[in-house]
Amino acid sequence: MTAVEWQIVGFTVWVAALSTLAILPIGLALAWALARGNWPGKSVVETLVTLPLVMPPVATGLILLTIFGRHGVGGFLQDTFNFKIIFTWRAVLLALSVMSLPLLVRSARTAFEEVNPRLEQIARTLGAGGWRVFFTITIPLAARGIVGGMLLAFARALGEFGATIMVAGYMPGKTATISLAIFEDVQDFQDTKAYHLLGVSVALAFIAVWTSEFFLRRKKPT
Amino acid sequence: MSLLLKNISLPLAHFALEVDVEMPKRVTAVFGPSGAGKTSLLDLIAGLRSPRSAFIQLNGDVLTDTAKKFSVATHRRGIGYVPQDLALFPHLSVRQNLFYGRKSRENAGMLFSFEHVIKVLEIEPLTSRGVTELSGGEKQRVALARALLASPRLLLLDEPLASLDEPLKEKIIPYLIRIRDEFQIPMLCVTHDRFVALTLADEIVVLMGGKVMQTGPVSEVFTRPANAEVAKFAGVETLQPGKITSVADGLATVNVGSVTLTALAPATASRDVFVCIRGEEVILQRDAAIASSVRNRLSARVLSLRPEGALVRVELDAGFPLFALVTRPACAELELREGATVIALIKAPAIHLVPR
Repeated sequence: MTAVEWQIVGFTVWVAALSTLAILPIGLALAWALARGNWPGKSVVETLVTLPLVMPPVATGLILLTIFGRHGVGGFLQDTFNFKIIFTWRAVLLALSVMSLPLLVRSARTAFEEVNPRLEQIARTLGAGGWRVFFTITIPLAARGIVGGMLLAFARALGEFGATIMVAGYMPGKTATISLAIFEDVQDFQDTKAYHLLGVSVALAFIAVWTSEFFLRRKKPT
Repeated sequence: MSLLLKNISLPLAHFALEVDVEMPKRVTAVFGPSGAGKTSLLDLIAGLRSPRSAFIQLNGDVLTDTAKKFSVATHRRGIGYVPQDLALFPHLSVRQNLFYGRKSRENAGMLFSFEHVIKVLEIEPLTSRGVTELSGGEKQRVALARALLASPRLLLLDEPLASLDEPLKEKIIPYLIRIRDEFQIPMLCVTHDRFVALTLADEIVVLMGGKVMQTGPVSEVFTRPANAEVAKFAGVETLQPGKITSVADGLATVNVGSVTLTALAPATASRDVFVCIRGEEVILQRDAAIASSVRNRLSARVLSLRPEGALVRVELDAGFPLFALVTRPACAELELREGATVIALIKAPAIHLVPR
């Protein structure tokens, strides 16, 4: 493993972890709303959230490129705040977040649904307001599912390729993640480099999925 | 306590809960069979469900007024709620459960001290345990203590003994009585258990099929049920159709089965009645020669004997099916067994005639 390869691994882990943290608030809010609420348009939101899971990642990437590109929101952000998204590490973060969000939402939603609403109601009769109930009852009781979902989302982010290549391109030292680097290395006949990164990505994915399985496994009834 | 429930309407799966009742007594039992809408009523009072229409007032404070689109949030109502499944928080220790409501009300002034509640409910040794390590009766006491420690101004109890088996029930009842007497807290207790209602409540509201069938002091509901449904449910053992043949001097003569009984005349003019007789009111004797003031003396044959705790439920054929409740020693003394012949004595005022 060369210093460049380590840099790529480090960047990938860092940006994947960051994307998992970034989607946490919105992911939990969506999961909770889908689990508890019964509001108009719920099924539409449900479908939209799941869409990145089944759509070609490249297509999702193209949508992001259109929205955040020069002629979309991105142009405005760049002109007004000199804030560049496309073809920077921020684009990687954006692509990973969108692609891994469905996994977090789905796991967290199931976890929220398994929390007995009666416990939340009784907490309210004990004088706890909505936020206190959420953070002291709902979240702790759904914690396993949430952590499991975070690990799955993290694992998904580690391996993201299609959407990332569309919005961030392959720029060594700037936007290069493990998957992008493997693809480029094989293109350049640098198979040894590719196999190094392959080994790392298998190990990372294994650890992430294995721990998530541990958390998502149903608790034994007590 | 003064709890006013006016114009309540809440559609449920098979019927609508429609209630208009005032509960002026400190301890009221909402008594009714399972599926009568009792829990839904508690949920409405606690603010956990949105009714189609309701006006709910506790001690002068309006809690819900759908006409004005007004509703106090559950956590600001100050109403304690011990649900049937107790809803102890499984991820918290007993101590954390107990303090959950305490933290919320820190500034609102404490009604009951931690030490007092712990002592009354005898849960000191349990506080360091996890919730899953508690027995059924212990869980019940912890749930009660948790609700009390939030210093509620009204305590709602949903079927407080339903999850416990018979011997445990007898152990928990004294704690409920202690809570009632030590803390002087207004309580509204939902139950289908006659024993609980009789023991705890000053007043009973009979709820059946979402409607209030009868409201009144405990003794009245059980001895003077408003209609046949209440009578049947309230545990009046004998309930038989009869026909009033004559009324004179406030006494009615009723034909039931093959016999004629004398009872207090009902207020209504209806001739067709249900004859309600509580098992405790039926006296059994072997010797027909003893004279007494009892109006109704029936020769009866014992059909079956069923022990019920300290009592024995005796099924008799007295010209109509009649049930008597006697103590075990009495049963032995009279040498009651299937096929034996006895005299059943029923005082006229103990026969309650309900129009049908």
